[in-house]
Amino acid sequence: MMILSNAAYAEWSGNVSARVEIFKNEPINDDQKRGYASLSMTPKYSMIWDDNRQLFGLEVFARVNQHVPNSADIRELSWIYTASEWEFRAGIRKVFWGVTESQHLVDIINQTDFTESFDGEEKLGQPMLNLAIIRDWGTVDLFVLPWFRERRFPHTDARLGFPLPIASQARFESKQAEKHIDYAARWSHYVGDWDIGLSHFYGTSREPKLVASAASGKLDPVYDLIHQTGLDIQATLENWLWKLEAIRRDGEDEDYFAATAGFEYSFFDVKGSGADIGIVTEYLYDERGREAPTPFQNDTMLGIRVALNDEQSTDALVGAIVDNDGNGTVLSLEANRRIGQNFKLTINGYLFTHTEPDDPIHNYANEDYVKIDLGYYF
Amino acid sequence: MKKQLLIIMLLALLPFELFAATAEERGFEIAQEADRRDSGWKDSIANIIMTLRNKQGAESVRENRSRALEMIGDGDKSIIVFDSPADVKGTAFLSHTHVKKSDDQWLFLPALKRIKRISSSNKSGPFMGSEFSYEDISSQELEKYRYKYLNDEIVEGRDAFVIERFPEYEKSGYSKQVVWVDKEMYQPLKIMFYDRKDTLLKTLMYHDYELYEGKFWRSLRMEMENHQTGKSTTLAWQGYKFGNGFDERDFDKNALKRMR
Repeated sequence: MMILSNAAYAEWSGNVSARVEIFKNEPINDDQKRGYASLSMTPKYSMIWDDNRQLFGLEVFARVNQHVPNSADIRELSWIYTASEWEFRAGIRKVFWGVTESQHLVDIINQTDFTESFDGEEKLGQPMLNLAIIRDWGTVDLFVLPWFRERRFPHTDARLGFPLPIASQARFESKQAEKHIDYAARWSHYVGDWDIGLSHFYGTSREPKLVASAASGKLDPVYDLIHQTGLDIQATLENWLWKLEAIRRDGEDEDYFAATAGFEYSFFDVKGSGADIGIVTEYLYDERGREAPTPFQNDTMLGIRVALNDEQSTDALVGAIVDNDGNGTVLSLEANRRIGQNFKLTINGYLFTHTEPDDPIHNYANEDYVKIDLGYYF
Repeated sequence: MKKQLLIIMLLALLPFELFAATAEERGFEIAQEADRRDSGWKDSIANIIMTLRNKQGAESVRENRSRALEMIGDGDKSIIVFDSPADVKGTAFLSHTHVKKSDDQWLFLPALKRIKRISSSNKSGPFMGSEFSYEDISSQELEKYRYKYLNDEIVEGRDAFVIERFPEYEKSGYSKQVVWVDKEMYQPLKIMFYDRKDTLLKTLMYHDYELYEGKFWRSLRMEMENHQTGKSTTLAWQGYKFGNGFDERDFDKNALKRMR
């Protein structure tokens, strides 16, 4: 399985997963279904050599769907060179920034793949050159992002879509369209109990405006050029994790501030059982209020996380996001359990118990569903 | 003869606390000597094979790779990378231990490429579902305990000091540990762990000691048995290697992201 002398290392790994999605209600559109099935494959290859100084990584993703078009992506195809005070990383990669759980405002390098998951946690690989400068006073990451990836939206035959179809042709503020070179920089550091990150991005927004086109009867994705400054802080104080993410975005026709702030408190080894219970609370704010394309303009997220820390690594997160303007409520569940040594079962569920007509989440009023993934890992 | 009698009489006059303090001093001295003999190893790597056994004897195996860096004047640093079970493959755990303040810990989640700073207040919880808790696998710094020498005993055919140690850090799952320290190697042969109610919880046996660099003894097989649940865990260490030339850069968040 593994070739190892800790000096050189090369290995294949990955997973093959079967997925079933079941919706509680009949679809509104005739081409949509109550149930969807699909099969995905994620092979990965990694290689380390040159006394741990050089790394190569490959990760390919493909999904074969029963009712909607198949999808694929190169999630990673990268080379890393490591020196004592810097690292150079080139190729297609995924980069995550931030600390909060309910949404990821600061995280901006990679595009979101909404065909994969409604919660926006699935990302597309991003071509980049990244130099990390590593000093006593922190790490500075400099990014050049030479190719833009368009957001993937659910197909019209899929559920959890939009009231109008999304046009396949996007519009860009930059004349270079997806060839516009984007730049980003981030300083991150930790001092004692504090982890902090300060970042800036200039380039094509990953989040398009969806503009209704009278001519085509579709929604045109329009990608503006933006500046976004982000701050993320976590204080880890005993059983408390205090978290803050804040962004300021300046674009062609919108300048705004948004933030997520909250805490997670954990009860460890409850009554000597080995299990942990965590309470998560976050406040989600967007200065644009109801004008914002996000439903999370003035919302509160409450969650309970349970990790049994057993042999099967059983865990679950039950959450609610409640809109403080009106009564909109989304309930969510995510649960994981290993079966045997190589299988893992994941269950995700969403209940849109109440939505307000002027909230973007109203689109999903009819979309209560459960998603079950059974993966074989190797 | 007269002189000896006089000494005995004088000793009898000494307050009892002095003898008690002597047992504590003796305990500390043994721990200090063990610490002294095991310093200067600089860094190490090893593969760890963890076999979990439930009450019925059903086994499951997890494989990890570890690297550690000795720090002078502070707690040690370590990274543990999980190789199996396959669904957690590539997950990596970075720990900067400290003598006085709480440890710093981060977890790298490879699917999200996300590093999470985690609370180190979880001392007594199980590490990877095993019978080893986080405090059991953490770096054993001298200042973390108060000590008391009990007596000498023979364990597994070897001469040992028996000492009690009482955790001085917060949130420990133990009221005390009884440690059998080998008189020749100054390494533990056996540890009995008592829970917060002072009931026997677990016994750890150290087997197959090997000498590295002519100086550092390492047990290559540790057997932990939980008397209250009937579960047990074996830690088998393979491929120990010292002097890898690591520095603190190999134990920072950038290094954690590079773990495979």
